Amino acid sequence: MMKKARLLATAMLAATAFGAAAQTGPVKIAGIMELSGSGATPGTNFNNGVKLAVKEINAAGGILGRQIDYQPVDDQTNPGVAKALAQKAVDDGAYVVLGPVHSGATLVAMSETQRGEVTNIIGAEAASITQAGDPYMFRSSFTQLTAMPKVARYIKDTVKAKTVAVMFTNNDYGKGGRDAVVKAFDALGIKVVADIPTDPLQVDFSAAVLKAKQSGADALFLYTLEEESARALRELRKQGWDKPIIGETTAVSQKTIELAGDAANGMVGHVGLTVDAPEPRIKDFGQKFFNEYKYKSEHNGMKGYISMYVVKAMTEKIGKFDSKALAAAMHGATISADKNPGVLMDIGFDKNGDIERESFLIKVDQGKQVVIDTLPGTVK
Amino acid sequence: MTDFLQLFLSGLATGSIYAVAALGFTLLWQASGTINFAQGDFVMLPAFMMLGFASFGLPLLVAFALTCVVSVLFLGWGFKRAIADPLLRFGMMPVIVATIGLAIAMRAGIRAGVSAEAQPFPSLFADRLFHVGGVTVTLADVGTLAIALLLVFGTQAFLSRTVTGRAMQAVAQNTDSATVLGINVPRMIFYTFAINALLACAAALLVTPTYLAKFDMGESLGMKAFFAAIIGGFTNSRGALLGGLIVGVAENLAAAYVSPAYKDAVALVIFMLVIMFKPEGLLGRKAERKV
Repeated sequence: MMKKARLLATAMLAATAFGAAAQTGPVKIAGIMELSGSGATPGTNFNNGVKLAVKEINAAGGILGRQIDYQPVDDQTNPGVAKALAQKAVDDGAYVVLGPVHSGATLVAMSETQRGEVTNIIGAEAASITQAGDPYMFRSSFTQLTAMPKVARYIKDTVKAKTVAVMFTNNDYGKGGRDAVVKAFDALGIKVVADIPTDPLQVDFSAAVLKAKQSGADALFLYTLEEESARALRELRKQGWDKPIIGETTAVSQKTIELAGDAANGMVGHVGLTVDAPEPRIKDFGQKFFNEYKYKSEHNGMKGYISMYVVKAMTEKIGKFDSKALAAAMHGATISADKNPGVLMDIGFDKNGDIERESFLIKVDQGKQVVIDTLPGTVK
Repeated sequence: MTDFLQLFLSGLATGSIYAVAALGFTLLWQASGTINFAQGDFVMLPAFMMLGFASFGLPLLVAFALTCVVSVLFLGWGFKRAIADPLLRFGMMPVIVATIGLAIAMRAGIRAGVSAEAQPFPSLFADRLFHVGGVTVTLADVGTLAIALLLVFGTQAFLSRTVTGRAMQAVAQNTDSATVLGINVPRMIFYTFAINALLACAAALLVTPTYLAKFDMGESLGMKAFFAAIIGGFTNSRGALLGGLIVGVAENLAAAYVSPAYKDAVALVIFMLVIMFKPEGLLGRKAERKV
């Protein structure tokens, strides 16, 4: 009898100790990242941004006294793989899942984090993601439905184009953006005279550019991924396209500029994030990222970095590591950059998990992004 | 009409890139009976080698020359000793499987060791445009086509008009007879692999400014090159050129006049048609075998 009682007491003590260790040990944060495939550029950059933030946060003592155990895995830009990795992350007890960045992978994997009631901050931009009613899904960048009206307004008011050719990548990301921008054009009376789908990893853009030229459009709206944007810009230059080219985020990203070279000069685009923004915290981040990785961050690096600091800020606000409570707190939340410098700019989340903050119009000049206008956000 | 010509000329430029990679396939098959499914990655690796040498401040052509030396050593001699020599005695299938594995390993190595992102690559040609009758071509397009033609006909001439080339062909046709005739068989086989490595370096120099240096750039290139080699004729170097040009032009025209969605299927459709109706390829010859 005594022996049994002693055994029971020992077991209870061990369980308590284990539970206490779990509460003070590292907190698992899973990263589902495109580290190969067509999404390797955005995924790698997002991951690098997260890693930089994790390094800083852990060096400063972690979140609520606990170190972050960040575990990124490669979803190969494959939605099926992303889903399996999301399931594993949930089963492994991740507090938060960061990523994917690829819209197609996100749309498939999000059901797992929703099932597991785990907060998921993504880098993807397809509009449909936050329209699915998933209460655990949050963006780190604008939804296309937020960004595209800003682009359309610029094309109407500044470029003064009456007709536009739309060239887009034929995947969830590109089609979502195309639908959102066409809707925005319709609202402003701009006619889409050419609708030109292209493939992910497409190499030859001669046929696509020819279609744009044949359309007689006043301007071209380019919504393709970084590598494809670079090739498209080179082909546009080669075929003598001399009308305005306007892009959104990826088409005017730092990576695109690096790959396109001189062909990117003159392009104008709307970006949610740029390290060339005239904001001290952003410039400071840009320098830190460069020091760490020896190359200039593009917007995905910023998204990853901000995502990690959002987790820190909101976890400290709720005072515990409860993913469900975190998600509930994030809806309708605003995070001040003055109090949480890691988020770089004031951020707000709405009831759908969409993000709101100021954004920028940039022009590519001599291989650099030059901010030509700052568009205010609605964060109060 | 100018639109058609624009597409046709752009397609020729793209197709000449496929042709150079396809030439490696046909050469290895003709001279050593090897099919190398890592051929696309044999183009990828020299691209990164050139970037590596260039990062030390070396001019592009010097980096290319050094890459050729290293490629002959590793992609030529190393590939022969490590993969072809031990496995060929067991038949074709082990070699094929091994080259598929090699391709995966090479991609993973570059992705993990260098970067998963695309890297810009300097062009051999100056950034110049030519406008001819409403059609625009770049110096790179013209140069790539010219070099591809030079490589194909040069390789063909080497194999058929030089003593060494004929010795290499003799080895490919009958190794035992070649040995009896006093031909240094191992050396001839090595020359085959070395030439393949050099062709891969040339392809990398021409292709990478457009494809961009990325760990998986060889995947689709290798597949298209394989189709091009089959379409043109696996037993004929000029077939590699014809096959590559057909694939490049057909893809472009299909994207413009049918749908961009079917672009990648074009090579496969042509490949299947050729396999069904002329399996030896458009310029290939039927090979007979006594049973």
